[in-house]
Amino acid sequence: MGFFIGLWDTVPPDLQITIWTLIKIMVIVLPLMLSVAYYTYAERKIIGYMQVRIGPNRVGPRGWLQPFADLIKMMFKELIVPSSANKVLFLMAPMIGLAPSLAAWAVFPFSADLVLANINAGLLYILTLSSLGVYGVIIAGWASNSKYAFLGAIRSAAQIVAYEIAMGFALVGVLVAAGSLNLGDIVKAQDGSLLHWFWLPLLPLMAVYFISGVAETNRAPFDVAEGESEIVAGFHVEYSGMGFALFFLAEYANMILISALSALMFFGGWLSPFQGTFLEATFAWVPGFIWLVLKTFVFMFAFLWFRATFPRYRYDQIMRLGWKVFIPITIAWILVVGLAVVYKLPWWFD
Amino acid sequence: MLRAVRDYFKSLLLIELFQGLAVTGRYMFLRKFTVQYPEERAPISPRFRGLHALRRYPNGEERCIACKLCEATCPALAITIEAEPREDGTRRTTRYDIDLFKCIFCGFCEESCPVDSIVETGVYEYHFDERDGGIMTKERLLAIGDQYEEDIARARAADAAYR
Repeated sequence: MGFFIGLWDTVPPDLQITIWTLIKIMVIVLPLMLSVAYYTYAERKIIGYMQVRIGPNRVGPRGWLQPFADLIKMMFKELIVPSSANKVLFLMAPMIGLAPSLAAWAVFPFSADLVLANINAGLLYILTLSSLGVYGVIIAGWASNSKYAFLGAIRSAAQIVAYEIAMGFALVGVLVAAGSLNLGDIVKAQDGSLLHWFWLPLLPLMAVYFISGVAETNRAPFDVAEGESEIVAGFHVEYSGMGFALFFLAEYANMILISALSALMFFGGWLSPFQGTFLEATFAWVPGFIWLVLKTFVFMFAFLWFRATFPRYRYDQIMRLGWKVFIPITIAWILVVGLAVVYKLPWWFD
Repeated sequence: MLRAVRDYFKSLLLIELFQGLAVTGRYMFLRKFTVQYPEERAPISPRFRGLHALRRYPNGEERCIACKLCEATCPALAITIEAEPREDGTRRTTRYDIDLFKCIFCGFCEESCPVDSIVETGVYEYHFDERDGGIMTKERLLAIGDQYEEDIARARAADAAYR
């Protein structure tokens, strides 16, 4: 052991920081990848149950090895690059799609002091990266040089423009209410009790944020970019093997991110739901991280529940909902929140 | 006017969407219908129309008398029969082919047969591993009949009252 410490001391300090940061990134990304794997399994199981069937149960006990069977299959499949595709962009697009959904976790506070990069503009950073993800979709659709892929990309671009604004405004509401762009401070501003959390004063914004999040991740009922019954598979028709797997990974990582962010910004992040009640002391031993994970699971379940329930929106309905319903709601409610903050509305903003 | 306002709030508050979620939420806890196929099987009716077979009488004599009613009635023209008198003077088929690629499993051959010779069994798990595997010859049909005679007889007996 002493030898290793001695060895560590010989490493230059700059490099030490880099190595530590890389280790921390691994600690975040590996569990995230595992969650993605089991999220796909959970999706097939839960949607199966909602359709009165039992879902995958053959690979391993109760089907627990199914995600790995899928992964291995994907890895050994041929990666076909269409002859008329723009090869560089075609191969870059899946990576561009995946990178932002992983990078966004850098500023995510898992508990009061467990955060990789505690930067002040965390919310802005998240907003930026969640908009960057769509470039993967657009570039994939364009680089494929295929009609359906292009249609998917166009739909996705228009949809993201519409919902990005509503989503941004919803986050502006959070920003006004918390008075900070730092994600840790946003959670601390919700301290108090279950009723202090922002879901109550920002209820319409929460609904808009989560629904826009569903649209942003191209999930049912907003999955027109993929629209398997209309345009085959949309932007990723031409992708096979690991190229497809990366898009798949990005989609699910994004869903987990949106769920975690909803839990963070509207449901008090790592704060205990029993805060301020007689049960607070009973559950004091539960680490904040567990509360965060449980809250995230609720939203992740909602994603699957939506997919099992709602038929796909028609394209013009998506546009109508985004431009004519969500954006006015958010603007109106930002005004309400602003007044509440200025006049120090008791309970939340005093 | 009032109705428009009511509808507006109904859609704004996502009432109907929540009702939909309630339905799927309820269904999640229902008993599942899935039959775990290789281990469990769904029961099949005695009238099930699966793989074809030619039957024999208990003394081993083939039933088919080459009347060609099945060939005539077959809507898919899947049956081909050639016949000649045998040494003992009875009329028998020399060729009895069913093209399973043409067959639509309607069961008309079985219904038209005056001697219950051509039947459709309850066998539904079979495959062909050669190009002409879908052409069932007389020998193969008789072999299937011999193999499943017990099941065939039981199914006929169960359904006899309704024929």
